[in-house]
Amino acid sequence: MSGVRVLVGTRKGAFILTSDEKREKWDVSGPHFAGWEIYHLKGSPANPDRIYASQSSGWFGQTMQRSDDGGKTWETVGNKFQYVGDPGTHMWYDGTQHPWEFARVWHLEPSLTDPDTVYAGVEDAALFKSTDGGQNWTELEGLRAAQGHRWQPGAGGMCLHTILLDPTNPDRMYIAISAAGAFRTDDGGTTWKPINKGLKSNYIPEEQAEVGHCVHNLAMHPSRPETVFMQKHWDVMRTDNCGDLWHEVSGNLPTDFGFPIGVHAHEPETIYVVPIKSDSEHFPPDGKLRVYRSRSGGNEWEALTNGLPQEDCYVNVLRDSMAVDKFDSCGIYFGTTGGQVYASNDSGDTWNAIVRDLPSVVSVEVQTLK
Amino acid sequence: MIRVVLPPNLKIMARVDRELTFSIDGPVTQRAVLDAVEAEYPMLRGTIRDQVTQQRRAFIRFFACEQDLSHESPDAPLPDPVVSGKEPYLIVGAIAGG
Repeated sequence: MSGVRVLVGTRKGAFILTSDEKREKWDVSGPHFAGWEIYHLKGSPANPDRIYASQSSGWFGQTMQRSDDGGKTWETVGNKFQYVGDPGTHMWYDGTQHPWEFARVWHLEPSLTDPDTVYAGVEDAALFKSTDGGQNWTELEGLRAAQGHRWQPGAGGMCLHTILLDPTNPDRMYIAISAAGAFRTDDGGTTWKPINKGLKSNYIPEEQAEVGHCVHNLAMHPSRPETVFMQKHWDVMRTDNCGDLWHEVSGNLPTDFGFPIGVHAHEPETIYVVPIKSDSEHFPPDGKLRVYRSRSGGNEWEALTNGLPQEDCYVNVLRDSMAVDKFDSCGIYFGTTGGQVYASNDSGDTWNAIVRDLPSVVSVEVQTLK
Repeated sequence: MIRVVLPPNLKIMARVDRELTFSIDGPVTQRAVLDAVEAEYPMLRGTIRDQVTQQRRAFIRFFACEQDLSHESPDAPLPDPVVSGKEPYLIVGAIAGG
């Protein structure tokens, strides 16, 4: 039987929400790892029963979990994230240099083809790879050579939060770091180049600097890996040449600040954002929670409100908290810092809360099970 | 036998609901006890002390015999009541927040 599995990471544990293809009735499993921060969990495209989870705590540090039965049971795997060599220093908030220090794993990206291969984006920003199901992790240190000494933490820390794998080219990967920008490798992660041309950030000393931009999230449709969409600190951007040049597509959005960005499963030019009022007021404008959809790849946006709270709503939607399923009628999902997970089974036209009172949601991922 | 008490979160992670006991050859020090804990329960590696630096995590404390041993040398001998098993060695998650 086909169905969907929504993997929700929260400040106090993980939850797994399951439904059939109709996506109307939901079962809620959890909390898994109760009391721990679960920044991210994601399933392997090559084996949906294989799920990786990042589990962390201010007391006990970073641990990693793996499931081989779709999240019913979990096994602790390797958690030794050691930078290669002396990582040196990066820019601190006040412009001085600061030692590189591992804090946590923000994002996990399993290989498209091998269940045992998975990438981890960490704070302080670096990319690690495991080829043995998460038991051992090796840094792809060439990334830090892309002007790492000039990277600076955003408000949430200096995190590598987005990893996109090109399904047509196993050597190509995109990643994004707050607040360093976007980077691309064309040789499987050995060497990297900043891809931030066209970005303008008037809150940094050199507004078109090669690195230093606060990129919040990237998204890509698998059929068009040369086109990447970006939600930046301010501005929604797009590139059609693998990041060599970006242009702004914020258009008529009520505010172009926000965190997540998503692409429809079957329409490469249909994209979604959740506008947030500003960097000092992390809640929706006017207390109205609205997803904005563009069917033209940006610039022209429509508000999606049916089923979403339109008064007194002051939650945030974090960067890894939006995902889409692959059913013919595409499902869109997002979680809020208020603990709600909203789902639409009709490309965003109507919405329902699957759950309303989870701990603050940090991440949402979806597995389409056919 | 050396008795060790884990904080609740680590008991869950280690899948134990009881005091741990270890037999240790040689000097009974904090390092020897933690080595024994991590050898038998590898899922706890990195949760009590950093895997690379071996430093105690900032919000973890070590107590025994009503003494705070957190700042003692990891190679100093533990008190006799811990060595004899009369008193447990306590690994505690610091009380923080409010």
